[in-house]
Amino acid sequence: MPEFAMPSLGADMDEGTLLEWLVKPGDVVHRGDVVAVVDTAKAAMDVEIFQDGVIEKLIAEPGTTLPVGAPLAVIGGEGAAATPEAPAAVRVPTLAPPSGTGLLVESPLVRHRARKLGVDLADVVGTGPGGVITRADVDAHAAAAPQVKPKRRPPVAIPAQARPPVSPFARRRAAELGVDLGVVQGSGPGGAIIAVDVERAAARPTPVAAEPGAPQREPAAPVAPDMQAKARAMRKAIGQLMARSKREIPHYYLSTTIDLTVATDWLHQANLDRPLSSRLVPAVLLLKASARAIRDVPEMNGFWLDDEFVPGPGVHLGVAISLRQGGLIAPAIHHADNLTLDELMEHLRDLVSRARAGRLKQSEMDPTITVTNLGDQGVDSVHGVIYPPQVALVGFGKVAERPWADGGMLGVRTCVTATLAADHRASDGHRGGLYLAAIDSLLRKPEEL
Amino acid sequence: MTTTQIDDAVRQAIGAIAPEADLSTVDPDERLRDAFDIDSLDFVRLLEQLQNLTGVTVPESDYAKIATLRELTAYVEAHAT
Repeated sequence: MPEFAMPSLGADMDEGTLLEWLVKPGDVVHRGDVVAVVDTAKAAMDVEIFQDGVIEKLIAEPGTTLPVGAPLAVIGGEGAAATPEAPAAVRVPTLAPPSGTGLLVESPLVRHRARKLGVDLADVVGTGPGGVITRADVDAHAAAAPQVKPKRRPPVAIPAQARPPVSPFARRRAAELGVDLGVVQGSGPGGAIIAVDVERAAARPTPVAAEPGAPQREPAAPVAPDMQAKARAMRKAIGQLMARSKREIPHYYLSTTIDLTVATDWLHQANLDRPLSSRLVPAVLLLKASARAIRDVPEMNGFWLDDEFVPGPGVHLGVAISLRQGGLIAPAIHHADNLTLDELMEHLRDLVSRARAGRLKQSEMDPTITVTNLGDQGVDSVHGVIYPPQVALVGFGKVAERPWADGGMLGVRTCVTATLAADHRASDGHRGGLYLAAIDSLLRKPEEL
Repeated sequence: MTTTQIDDAVRQAIGAIAPEADLSTVDPDERLRDAFDIDSLDFVRLLEQLQNLTGVTVPESDYAKIATLRELTAYVEAHAT
């Protein structure tokens, strides 16, 4: 019986708190339906389901904190729709994909992941749009594999503060072995989980049972965290991800000052006839140029996974959004390179307001490259930290008038400083320079953006 | 519109964009961007709110004239019917 599992809503998420169910047992659900709200360290997010079926059973109680991959609900297949009263026990598990139809795999990233985790894609049930296999499906399958019975396990509540640190290698081993880090007892410094702990846990016959006497495991249900705790959790999540980035990614940095006079003039002209609700902001031009420039230098767009570059399945442009209560989040605008400026503006407005209201969607947490625009805060430039496993981050400072020498003449032009932080494992400065040059050249012809 | 109505509308519009803002303690001559942490997107949303409340539409060319709370209020007063 397919399970609906705690999704990973970003590279920095290890666990999430189920806030509320938007469905109940017996409800018919369709691909893309929002079925639950999950709180992460950063924001509450709408979680979508990626398969058609009937909600058979809700496993997780609202208020419980569960690791990524933990089952939240059991979904009955299409056949279940006709007989919602039938007891789950008599139904034949339908784990195999429809025979005869070719395997649908969402992206090279997923194939890569499956290869890494030793998962045979033929065994995985796709829950993505159109039944495609998503990364979460592969992870869920890998996590379920070593268990003797794919039965639901009792939710283990793990207070965020009590979580021991985990070494990156241990994390990788845990993924490979399908070990739930929530039940591993750490023997490293400060109770840190190290690889040997993971291997020990994998060797145990019942990996889901909590060790008696483990001090950090309190079964108490977490209470709704107050704002301060929330802010602390977010700082911690950002800190961990950024520390990982600086630890693992050999960043290189480039910067260039771009003459934006033509672009801003064009923008003012375009905005003259527009009502307030559809006026464009300069950031939209910068986002569009960043997305389009990927066509010239595609190696900036994608992920670094296991010593190789995996191209993004599209240009899913992450936009760093600062939250009013502090912290930031960088959800993606999908296929930003194919959107018109108006569409992009609409997406941006929508994304910012939902990010600040804490209503982002799970499907938006998959950026392939991120842009940070700190110009509104008045800084000249920003040298960013890459979001792993992405390989590049573009930064823009303030749009302002500057002295500008051109052809032996000195003039005043509207300029912006664009920077690139890129992963030296995936590209070299030469290619990075070409990418910034492509952004520059696109911004000189705003009417073509 | 009376001055009080305009003042209320401006406060209401800012409150909608920056709910945590305390307008009683803000310096009317501080830049809105700094006082309320308003970015360019917020600014457009603020003007939209204001348009709904007062009917005043601010063209892009006037953005620079309404950088502070005092300037914004004065602008709406001058253009409200």
